[in-house]
Amino acid sequence: MLYFSKIKVIFIYVLIIFLSYFSISNFLSQNYKLFDKKINLGLDLQGGSYLLLEVDSSPIILQKIQKKFSDLKKFFREQNIKFKNIKIENNKIYFEIDKNSKDKFVSAFTEKNDNSINNYFNKYKAFEFDHEIKGNQVLISYSKFGIIEIKNSSIDQALEIVRRRVDEVGTNEPNILKRGNERILVELPGLEDPSRIKNLLGKTANLTFRFISDSDTGDFGSEKMFFEDNVEEAFVNKRIILSGDNLIDAQPRMDNQNNQTVVTFSLDRLGTKKFARATIEGVGKRLAIILDNKIISAPVIREPITGGNGQISGNFNFQSATDLALLLRSGALPAPLSIIEERTVGPDLGKDSIDAGTIALIIGFVLVILFMFFKYRIFGLIADFALVVNLFLLIGVLTIFEATLTLPGIAGIILTVGMAVDANVLIFERIKEEIKIEKNNVIAFDGGYKKAQTAVLDANITTLIAATILFFLGSGPVKGFAVTLGIGIISTLFSVYYFARHLTSSFVFKNKDKIISI
Amino acid sequence: MFNFRSDIRFINYFKIFNFLSLILIIISIGSIIYKGLNFGVDFKGGTLIELRAENSEIGIGDLRHSFLEMNLGDVNVKKFGKENDFLIKIEGNDKNKENFIEDIKIHLSKDIGNNFSFRRVEDVGPKVSGELLKSGLIAIVLSLSAMLIYIWIRFEWQFSLGAIVALVHDVIVTIGFFSILEFEINLSIVAAVLTIVGYSMNDTVVIFDRVRENLKKYTSKTINEISNLSINETLSRTIITSLTTLMALLSIFFFGGEILKGFSFAMILGVIFGTYSSIFIANPILIRLKVNQKSVLKGE
Repeated sequence: MLYFSKIKVIFIYVLIIFLSYFSISNFLSQNYKLFDKKINLGLDLQGGSYLLLEVDSSPIILQKIQKKFSDLKKFFREQNIKFKNIKIENNKIYFEIDKNSKDKFVSAFTEKNDNSINNYFNKYKAFEFDHEIKGNQVLISYSKFGIIEIKNSSIDQALEIVRRRVDEVGTNEPNILKRGNERILVELPGLEDPSRIKNLLGKTANLTFRFISDSDTGDFGSEKMFFEDNVEEAFVNKRIILSGDNLIDAQPRMDNQNNQTVVTFSLDRLGTKKFARATIEGVGKRLAIILDNKIISAPVIREPITGGNGQISGNFNFQSATDLALLLRSGALPAPLSIIEERTVGPDLGKDSIDAGTIALIIGFVLVILFMFFKYRIFGLIADFALVVNLFLLIGVLTIFEATLTLPGIAGIILTVGMAVDANVLIFERIKEEIKIEKNNVIAFDGGYKKAQTAVLDANITTLIAATILFFLGSGPVKGFAVTLGIGIISTLFSVYYFARHLTSSFVFKNKDKIISI
Repeated sequence: MFNFRSDIRFINYFKIFNFLSLILIIISIGSIIYKGLNFGVDFKGGTLIELRAENSEIGIGDLRHSFLEMNLGDVNVKKFGKENDFLIKIEGNDKNKENFIEDIKIHLSKDIGNNFSFRRVEDVGPKVSGELLKSGLIAIVLSLSAMLIYIWIRFEWQFSLGAIVALVHDVIVTIGFFSILEFEINLSIVAAVLTIVGYSMNDTVVIFDRVRENLKKYTSKTINEISNLSINETLSRTIITSLTTLMALLSIFFFGGEILKGFSFAMILGVIFGTYSSIFIANPILIRLKVNQKSVLKGE
């Protein structure tokens, strides 16, 4: 165990120097760097906001089942399939089928190629809808995979919209990721107050233009809606003249005539056409501008608007107009989002945490180093050198992988300092025993290393197992702890078994014939 | 210094300490069941705000009063570390609050002025907290099972059983302490418990490794003698490693800031119990299970 080939020694020191360079480069200014790699600070250390959003896809499912309802009716009529009492209940379609049409329906509904009423997903080997037939009663509902498809497509759309909105606000290096098929993770480093972003993400931003109903009591094709103040209300026609999809731009403006803040918008070609037609026929009528089922304003149409440009006035200040324009530009979310978890850390707390962590690391480090020196003297020094190398290796590896350092991560590094000397202690204690029974230093040291090996390995592997489980099941900052603890174990084994062992072996060969006490 | 190559008759104390551990475990489980655990927002849901006042005129009473006025339900205000730092915990938030943290800020600035800042806000919905608790429990159970299997592979089943009983003891007693002292259980405590599992295992494995070696070496000694010898032989290592680990943990506890206090406290408890259990719990089980030379040679 004490013999090292030259090649091995060179390899050990090259690796140490290489990783030490990476760990030091974290503290170098940009100009002196060879590699552009550094440890990222977690949100708990640099300050910032972590938001977890959940997409509520139930409105989309309801919408789609309603669409399927009318598609089915149309299809049955076209195919001459006789049915009656069709209805929707709890997102399921029920109807009674004529027994002569039953086979026709089943074969059409379970056709795998080009099925126009029940999609067949080749990738899942499953249909979009399940069907159940009892007597002449038929029940149609979304299959497991049908629901997955809806969730996947709505999460992808929502992700895109969230990204656009966050980008428009212009925060520093946001990190937006999909989590499963109904959650979106938004990390906003450096953001002190997430309330504006939370407001923006909490809005679906579904914009529609619809006429206010002529009659004050409402009629068949209209519904009651509140204005934004939640007091005033009006009947609004269900027919949508124009929706937010047709917008190509929206900007906040000061209206010079009455010193009001407004939002101006421009429409695409189709939107321009639709808007022109509606405003020509609707001169004198009130046009309601509706955002997320609230009426923003309902101006009277004085003249037809044919140029594809318009403006929305309401009770805006400049900030709210800016936000509305931003929402309209970035588009509507396919489904409402709710914020189910938020963690925000102010930059000064982050800095305090770094300072406290650094002080704790230095104190812990100095205590352990002094202890080892007093306990084992020359070998204590070797263990101490190994500990310093260990830290460089650990930080170097974190740098190469551009890992994220969190406050628990710093705790993991400090804990590694405390536990890393264990391997050397195990070996030294073993060597002590060997020296008592073996006069030859080389054999005694060699025996000590050999006999301690299984204990060292077993002891470290158990901690590595705990760290691995924590990495996969832990969340957020705790993951950072698992990372530093896990890498710490590997760097400990390397620093003890290669670096410290090499130092020990050089010492032993030099003092072969002297009495070594440990 | 710290040379413990003594001949302490550990086995003479096994009975009394086992009895003591049993009482500790009963008290811990009793407290966990009857007193319960003080779950933080991570596991219970709710909102946590760390607030710093710019001047010391704002007292804890003012804050309590102001939060009470807001009708937020169960609100707990307490000091947190430094003089002007406060920790506010709001339990069971309702769903229909759109930007209620913003509302709190506005209300506070009306009530006590503008001289405060929110240093940290954690808001965890009920769905997420449920999931976090579940994955925390899974992590602990999984790590215990992984250890069980690892030791089973590396040693014999008797060793595996001994090690696991010791681990379960450490986990229960540590959590029991948190229950008795009403300390908060949050995500970092789960991390601490898993690390304790790793650490305690590490301690046990070192002694077991020596037991196995000595069983092969001294073919005529009984397991009682071998266990005692092995504990003595590894004692200085056991103590030195516990000491250096405790040094690191104490420096986190005293200097690492308020957020890591709970974590480092749990770890300190765990290291003490882990060290104790690897001697006084894991070993007696080897003796009870009548481990002998045959049991370690069988596997080879």
